[in-house]
Amino acid sequence: METGTLTVKRGHAQMLKGGVIMDVVTPEHARIAEEAGACAVMALERVPADIRAHGGVARMSDPGLILEIMSSVSIPVMAKCRIGHFVEAQILEAIGVDYIDESEVLTPADEQNHIDKRNFTVPFVCGCRNLGEALRRISEGAAMIRTKGEAGTGDVVEAVRHARAVIGDINRLSAMRTDELASYAKQIGAPLELVYETAEKKRLPVVNFAAGGVATPADAAMMMQLGVDGVFVGSGIFKSGNPAARAKAIVQAVTHFNNPKILAEVSKGLGEAMVGIGLSQLPENERLAVRGW
Amino acid sequence: MRIGVLALQGDFEEHSSALQRLGVEVVEIRLPEDLHDIDGIVIPGGESTTIGKLARQYGLVEELKKLSNKIPFWGTCGGLVFMAADVGFDQPVLGIMDMKVERNAFGRQVESFEKELRIEGLEGPPFPGVFIRAPVVMSVGKNVKILCQVDDGRIVAVRQDNMLATSFHPELTSDDRLHRYFIAMVGETSCSTLAGSKIS
Repeated sequence: METGTLTVKRGHAQMLKGGVIMDVVTPEHARIAEEAGACAVMALERVPADIRAHGGVARMSDPGLILEIMSSVSIPVMAKCRIGHFVEAQILEAIGVDYIDESEVLTPADEQNHIDKRNFTVPFVCGCRNLGEALRRISEGAAMIRTKGEAGTGDVVEAVRHARAVIGDINRLSAMRTDELASYAKQIGAPLELVYETAEKKRLPVVNFAAGGVATPADAAMMMQLGVDGVFVGSGIFKSGNPAARAKAIVQAVTHFNNPKILAEVSKGLGEAMVGIGLSQLPENERLAVRGW
Repeated sequence: MRIGVLALQGDFEEHSSALQRLGVEVVEIRLPEDLHDIDGIVIPGGESTTIGKLARQYGLVEELKKLSNKIPFWGTCGGLVFMAADVGFDQPVLGIMDMKVERNAFGRQVESFEKELRIEGLEGPPFPGVFIRAPVVMSVGKNVKILCQVDDGRIVAVRQDNMLATSFHPELTSDDRLHRYFIAMVGETSCSTLAGSKIS
């Protein structure tokens, strides 16, 4: 019996495909998310919109809170650690979270190095803005990838930019002759073996979700039509007028992403979406997606 | 042969690819109207609570229950949970297999594991079992045949007439023997239906 293998780490993300992972800050939120049909929850002290408002250093959440959330639902529970903070990751593994998000939403602990994720038993998800960044994270051991988007804004524009960048890069790669791949790998700063694998599969070697700014069922379905495998919704649900209804609607939108009639039906009467911050109003130094490399 | 793969949530694409490699036509099932002219149903791994809620929303639970009297079904992991009569949680299920299951029976993700298995009815080397937050079958009714148990005796593969259920994920491996096994089940059922219609 072997635990922590590449197959079980990547495989867990494969079980989340076609699903919605929701940020929650209390056991009550977690139960609302589960009831709405979330395939997993991300346990946090503050959603990204509040991390922005609060300012200061954002760190791993209280393990006590994460454990409370774990005991309140039967679906998988993820938690975030700071980029490069391998001890926060060890703590999250020790309490038994199902996935760790090495996240740019928290304040980075290391400006040179991401965590070496290969020797952990618990799997990791990491953010990316393009194919090179995605493959670097996978080479460090990430078993799942998500777009960075721009968390806590409710503006989907960056998630779209990052999803299109990754998928566009894969399309270019797939059209190349194999003798062109080494030079391309060097150009995007990605390990050659993973570039070969991506070219052959015509997709990332691991599951790829959208994240960072998804606020409506239409946003979620758009990301699915662009070719991601599922969706994270952070502030978009519990910063809206009717979280339970919106959560359920986004779950349905991800399953029926190609069915505009159902999308129209589930988009009705959801109340206020999160107010949000347009990306163009966000000063460069407040953008989270530039964290990590 | 057309096999429907329940495509509400989970790793339905992995099942579809495995079946397509074996020459089967695959239909993704999201709504009751997708269920026309299907010879078998695969329910993939995923979150059984999510799959159950999405199935109930558009009336798929009743339609799938009706079909389970007619054509073969195969559920893996979350799919096994969705087919069971008793899952110990208040969540929508088909309840078409006479068994009691325990969800996440081996523990959380850090306890997920790979293990070689001996499965009744499969020839050749051991089967690569991939268990991810996997359920086990705690007890079965008299019509349910046990196909595989892990070392401590816990049941991880069962068959009841035209229904097959596994706690693990053959669709995450390159070993296609269980997909072939299911295709053979579908073949037998469609042949006998055909024969039956000729006689009448």
